[in-house]
Amino acid sequence: MTSAVAYRLVVGVLPWLTIALLSVPVVAGVLGALAPAFGWLPALGGERLTLAPWRQLFAVPGIVDMARLSLVTGLVSAALSLGLVVLFLGSFLHTALYRRIQRWLSPLLAVPHAAAAIGLAFLLAPSGWAARGISPWLSGWAYPPDYAFPGDAWGLSLILGLVVKEVPFLLLMSLAALVQCQAGERLRVARSLGYRPLTAFLKGVMPGLYPLLRLPLYAVIAFATSTVDVAMILGPTTPSTLAVSVVGWLNDPALSMRFMASAGAMLQLLLTLVALSIWWALERLVARASRGWCRDGRRQCGDRWLAGMAWLAMRTVLGLMMAALAGLALWSVAGYWPFPAFLPWPPTAHNWLNAADDLVAPVWQSLGVALAATLVSVVLVLGALEAETQRRRPMRPWAQLILYLPLLVPSVAFLFGLVMMQAQMGVRPGLGAVIIGHAVFVLPYVFLSLAESYRRLDPRWSQQASSLGAGPWRVFWRVRLPLLLTPVLTAAAVGFAVSIGQYLPTLLLGAGRVVTVTTEAVSLASGGDRRLTAIYALLQLLLPALGFMLAMLVPRYVFRRRRGLLPGAD
Amino acid sequence: MASLILDDIVIHQGQQRLLSLDTAVAPGEVLTVMGPSGVGKSTLLAFIAGFLSPAFQAQGRVLLEETRIDTLPAEQRHVGLLFQDPLLFPHLDVAGNLAFGMVREGTRRQRRERIHDALSSVGLEAFAGRDPSTLSGGQKARVALLRVLLSQPRAILLDEPFSKLDAARRDEIRHWVFERVRHYRLPTLMVTHDEADAQAAGGRILRLTERGTAMESIDQEKRT
Repeated sequence: MTSAVAYRLVVGVLPWLTIALLSVPVVAGVLGALAPAFGWLPALGGERLTLAPWRQLFAVPGIVDMARLSLVTGLVSAALSLGLVVLFLGSFLHTALYRRIQRWLSPLLAVPHAAAAIGLAFLLAPSGWAARGISPWLSGWAYPPDYAFPGDAWGLSLILGLVVKEVPFLLLMSLAALVQCQAGERLRVARSLGYRPLTAFLKGVMPGLYPLLRLPLYAVIAFATSTVDVAMILGPTTPSTLAVSVVGWLNDPALSMRFMASAGAMLQLLLTLVALSIWWALERLVARASRGWCRDGRRQCGDRWLAGMAWLAMRTVLGLMMAALAGLALWSVAGYWPFPAFLPWPPTAHNWLNAADDLVAPVWQSLGVALAATLVSVVLVLGALEAETQRRRPMRPWAQLILYLPLLVPSVAFLFGLVMMQAQMGVRPGLGAVIIGHAVFVLPYVFLSLAESYRRLDPRWSQQASSLGAGPWRVFWRVRLPLLLTPVLTAAAVGFAVSIGQYLPTLLLGAGRVVTVTTEAVSLASGGDRRLTAIYALLQLLLPALGFMLAMLVPRYVFRRRRGLLPGAD
Repeated sequence: MASLILDDIVIHQGQQRLLSLDTAVAPGEVLTVMGPSGVGKSTLLAFIAGFLSPAFQAQGRVLLEETRIDTLPAEQRHVGLLFQDPLLFPHLDVAGNLAFGMVREGTRRQRRERIHDALSSVGLEAFAGRDPSTLSGGQKARVALLRVLLSQPRAILLDEPFSKLDAARRDEIRHWVFERVRHYRLPTLMVTHDEADAQAAGGRILRLTERGTAMESIDQEKRT
């Protein structure tokens, strides 16, 4: 009896803890940056409200360019990614190509942003692998050519880097959404009425699919307009994007710069809001414009041509990603590698051996933080989903919004405020703060990847168990959890990968005391040592890969004599 | 054994009255409830077992002789439930499935012997360590009933328990199940839309009408 009460208590409390973890840091962080932006931060001697930080901010040379750059790269990369994903799904849904690509999505998604960006930078740089591939036989270059890429003033390389990471994310989000909006049935109806595949998709499926993709898309826009690590590696430097500049001001040794940096963080928040509003307005426009188009009865709209484009673009995106990662591996074993040579020969283990001693600490810190943040998130998510099952009602819309809150508010804006609050309250930055900071970003991904399987589990399993006399704890531990072991471990691996890839929370909340493979990789990327940078970027890949491998192998081992639970069984 | 008493039960879905029922099932009696799908047969079982969805509201009492059970949580009602799928836990072996429902009394060895005896009684003694997914449909059905019986229920609910068995096995399993519940003198409530199930049960048949609001009872001639 008491254990049932304890269960109800735990299951009642965990959802609220989840909501608190997702919302309190974000809201507190934004408020924490808002006050100093208007001059109020007693710890640094700011005791009256003033507009001085804003005046200082708008006097920064190039501030308008910074804001424009963030806005344009963010919106363009989101639009390109969405366009590519929609054309691809429309042309290739339910084909063999689609299934092949589907299998690569989770691993691609697990590649940390910084690692992908570093790989792309090394691939496309003047002395990069791409230029070597066409030199000198095609290009005639005997020396690295002189072009500014990555880091071009237009932000094209930044856009490319963002698209490469956003396409897998949106594709993965579409998988669940397609099922939810009954895309298969809609397509069949439209096809049987004579619509070509892509037109059938655009006219028949998109109106149902888009609303389900809206929140993930907004998260993509928020990320793209405010990313720090990707923009540091691939973005232009004169000027850099707003978010990169804000982090620079924050790390300025002159403490008075922090007031201006706070104003900058608030400007970033406004900028992301503006980007979202622009997108929202465009959304309305497109919806209105396509209303007539949807019912004009035309059965095709350049289907072949667009399908060809989608095929080419998707191949390019995936090919770039693969080549970027392969290039990292080459750089990590390169000795002397003069320009037009396509492969570093002979390969050497020297770089790895030299770096080995310095790798140990960042690897352990990464592992520790990631494991702790993942554990916290998995426990909270299980509690929240268990509560949902007990109440037998679906999630409310506002809860969905809270889930996306840390992904919608630019991290630089609220993390920054948290740092200011830390300073004001005298909390020492360090491991604890970093773990909580990571969990804020890990939790939404764990939830999104686990929720579907959890909700789909046949309720009769628990009913059967409790009719056999099992109390709620026993039903959870002995029945629901074992049956859900595979999805729970996969969700944990996703969360682990997200944590390994975190740059800004580690940097800001750890105040330089917590050094992970990602912070090392990003700070090395701006230096000249490609070999060492490649090693850290590869570690960023290897740790999540290890997590996914365990998530795959553990259930196979535990259930090796249980055919009913092995993959491939129904 | 005690009777299962369904005292003046009325189940509503929103404003609409789904079904009403007032009867008692004697020890060893199999009461069959029939009716077209959608009249609330499974809802009735969910209510008795303790899983009524919040979409429904129920009035009335469920008693095992003197003890009121509809106020207890599902795991304390001692009402055994058999679905149309055997629902053997795929992560446990056959013995583990049986042990899951057993009352925690006696030594480990005694418990193991009880499991062995139960399996022997249906000719499955060699299957204790087997993965349930390697069993045939009939074998799974037998293990599922053994699991319920070993949990020492005081009443049994059958939710179309034979509909997924192939025709050759169905008769055999059906008779074995009814023989067992009579042997243990368990009050049993069966929901089905298979006329043959009702005939084989040989007890009273309650038919829920299409509108679900009324319910008539046809007493068959009692077989002994």
